Amino acid sequence: MSENSQKLTIADYPLADTQPERIAGKRGIALQDITLEALMTGKVTMADLQITPKSLQNQGEIAADANRPTLALNFGRAAELVNVPQELIMSTYELLRPGRAKTKQDLVDRALLMRDEFKAAAIADFILEAADIYEKRGLFTYRF
Amino acid sequence: MTEPNLPNRWRRFSEWDDRPLRRDKFATEDPANGFSAFHSLNDPKPGVTMSGGKIASMDGVLAHNFDMIDAFIANHHLDPEIAVEAMAMDSGRLARMLVDMHVPRAELVRLAHGCTPAKLADVVGRLTALEIAFAYSKMRARKTPGNQAHVTNAKDDPLQLAADAAIAVAYGFDEIETTMRVSRNAWSNAVACAVGAAVGRAGVLFQCASEEAEELLIGMAGFTSYAETVSVYGTEKSFTDGDDTPWSKGFLAAAYASRGIKMRCTSGAGSELLMGFHEAKSFLYLEARCLCLQRGMGVQGTQNGGIDGAPVTASVPGGVRELMAENLIAVWLDLECASGNDARTTESEIRIGAKILPYLIAGSDLICSGFGSILSYDNSFNTSLFNAEEMEDYLVLQRDFEADGGLTPLHEDRALDLRRRAVDAISAVLEELDLGFPTSDMKSSVVVASGSNETRSFSAGAVGPISENIKSHQINVIDVIKALATRGFNEEAENLLSVVKLRISGDYLQTAALVKNGKVLSAINDPNDYCGPESGYQMSQGRRLEINNIRDILDQNEVLRTEARFEAGEAARIVYSQANVAQIGLAKDEVVIGISPAFGVKLFQTTAGHRLSDVLRVMIDAIVSRGLRARVVRLNHTADTSFLGLSAARLSGSGIGIGIQAKGTAVIHSSTRLPHNNLELFSNAPITKLEHYAGFGRNAAAYALGESPEPILVPTNGESMGSQYHARVAMIYAIETGLTIEGAEPQEINVRFLEGGKL
Repeated sequence: MSENSQKLTIADYPLADTQPERIAGKRGIALQDITLEALMTGKVTMADLQITPKSLQNQGEIAADANRPTLALNFGRAAELVNVPQELIMSTYELLRPGRAKTKQDLVDRALLMRDEFKAAAIADFILEAADIYEKRGLFTYRF
Repeated sequence: MTEPNLPNRWRRFSEWDDRPLRRDKFATEDPANGFSAFHSLNDPKPGVTMSGGKIASMDGVLAHNFDMIDAFIANHHLDPEIAVEAMAMDSGRLARMLVDMHVPRAELVRLAHGCTPAKLADVVGRLTALEIAFAYSKMRARKTPGNQAHVTNAKDDPLQLAADAAIAVAYGFDEIETTMRVSRNAWSNAVACAVGAAVGRAGVLFQCASEEAEELLIGMAGFTSYAETVSVYGTEKSFTDGDDTPWSKGFLAAAYASRGIKMRCTSGAGSELLMGFHEAKSFLYLEARCLCLQRGMGVQGTQNGGIDGAPVTASVPGGVRELMAENLIAVWLDLECASGNDARTTESEIRIGAKILPYLIAGSDLICSGFGSILSYDNSFNTSLFNAEEMEDYLVLQRDFEADGGLTPLHEDRALDLRRRAVDAISAVLEELDLGFPTSDMKSSVVVASGSNETRSFSAGAVGPISENIKSHQINVIDVIKALATRGFNEEAENLLSVVKLRISGDYLQTAALVKNGKVLSAINDPNDYCGPESGYQMSQGRRLEINNIRDILDQNEVLRTEARFEAGEAARIVYSQANVAQIGLAKDEVVIGISPAFGVKLFQTTAGHRLSDVLRVMIDAIVSRGLRARVVRLNHTADTSFLGLSAARLSGSGIGIGIQAKGTAVIHSSTRLPHNNLELFSNAPITKLEHYAGFGRNAAAYALGESPEPILVPTNGESMGSQYHARVAMIYAIETGLTIEGAEPQEINVRFLEGGKL
């Protein structure tokens, strides 16, 4: 295991094997404590099976070390979305589909929401980039 | 022959018309209308120009004219620094590097970060099919090959889904994918497959292909662990007609990862053509665009190789080579590749075998992105290249080529146990969660059914309420694990939990990740390190034995056991009494029958299954019917048909003898002829009937009488005698040769037929 200050490398993979005590779900219960017994007594819930921003950042570091920069960036965007509610994720996806946003401003507003409410800066940039390209390519048109 | 009397037609063509191949339709190469595999009118020349460290043009298009796809690729895929280096390299040189085992994979992957779609297509298009397969083997990301199964049925019956999922896992599939006949049944299908996949061993990655929002919800409930329905297209208009953009799909890629769900995109040749917006560009160039997009989005992998467009791609010249070429671009771009071989591209079993072979010997992250593990009529994705019907063909191909196609033979008893256990497990879950109450008749019908036509279980309509209750009661994977454990299915509960837990670390989000025996294996901890012979993936001895262990294998003990079963029957029919050393006969009215060393001693039936007593009896009767005598001798010095026959003839007063081996191969010989220049020969014992042996006796008698009879011909229908019989024949013959004694003299045999031996 690398020092905290250092980035993870491919040698730290798979994290479930190299640091089971440090991997935890949303409520902090460590991987090694997620057992059938704990689940039967109700100590473990779905929240404990959810991936965390930290795990995604860790995987991003490993991907970067494996010379997969684009995969690492996606893990970064994913880390920002972990705490974004499902409905907002689905409506943002919908908004990014052709012709759903009627003006560029719809997308800009959503980008700002992501940045301001959820600290999702990379996601915001991604949406703003889409807004520019959609405008150039005339996607703010009527579809149905 | 449809019209045997049609004039002016060679009837061979009518016969060809009736072959399965002729149901395939082939299209002419027509680049202007999009029917071109590798080269088309509007394919651009590769190129990049830079301005101030930014991409100023790509593949002949200026930045301000970029469409959405160009823009996404330029912004997210292309590494400007590497682009300067890679685009300046000669395409022929890059092509040679791909097939050069001395050039490391990592170096080619690095250069791919700077290659435009036109460059990738230009390079790969220079390779022959053989070179593509070799390069693919070198460039694929994960070392150990894998495979993916479809598990669906025509009724969306959860009992059958669970049983079939258990079977798919037992066969060794690394991923299983389900979908529905009726979309509202998605939740039921997901629960059934998740439970079934937990039977027998630690589970595998599992997907339920459904509408995007629903699929994500099912994943969040913990039932599924990967998705691959995120399609991308190579032209802007196809993309928007598909109701998406590179950014909407890119956003989904992040969304899936944020829920801990593995994802790959789907693309493939022919999709733009089928959607009507091909821009007169070749399949390969458009697919190269799709793949650069995917790498730009940061997805770990792709499902490509035609996919739904594979059949139309295979209809054009070079289409199948193109499918291989686009898979190669995927792995060159360092994407996990689920390499197609799913939608059935042909009705010809020969084209199917040829299609799969390069992938089988090269290996692939997922050789089929949907091997139909169920019968083709039960495949809700449409029939696959391989389906349950052809499962054993695939298993044998692995054994033939000593190639790991990801699957392991499954024996009958184990299969039945797994199906029973899976049906019981899903039934317990349905009952425990108050979702359904399968009867014992429903359950038992599913356990033994090959497909849904044979089951008396849930119908698609009956599944609707089950599925809706799972969704509306917000039942999640923890509820299902608890239900399993409460009802005593602890092993299954542990197996299911072990897969669900893997989500927390995100380990299986990395490139080409699978779950094998409860552990994540990916391009990170199992990287393809091919660099020449004896490197890269090598099957272990244990794995080799697994693959070899197909069912119904012959060995010599099995052959002897089969013969032993006939021995008692023959003892009631015939007695062979050994008398003196056989002498040369003086009577002109005799025909000698020379039997082989093991005839009636260790071997008791011909390969056609005739009792040797019957064979001898009909030959003797036929000889006697011509007024001659038959004398039987056993030859101990040889088991060879020609020498059996010639030795018999030399002992025969008439100069005519019959030689016969226990397996039924027989010859009529004359004492005056050279050893291999016989009068008549039955070389195809497996199709030789008693009436032929009777004819043999009759003809031998006729030769002895100085006549020239019409030879007895055993008609063949072109059966593959070698594949059906040679393994057994070689073992039988070894028993014969094992009894021969160098220089041993022939023995007179008194043959007596017993009451039990009446024909």
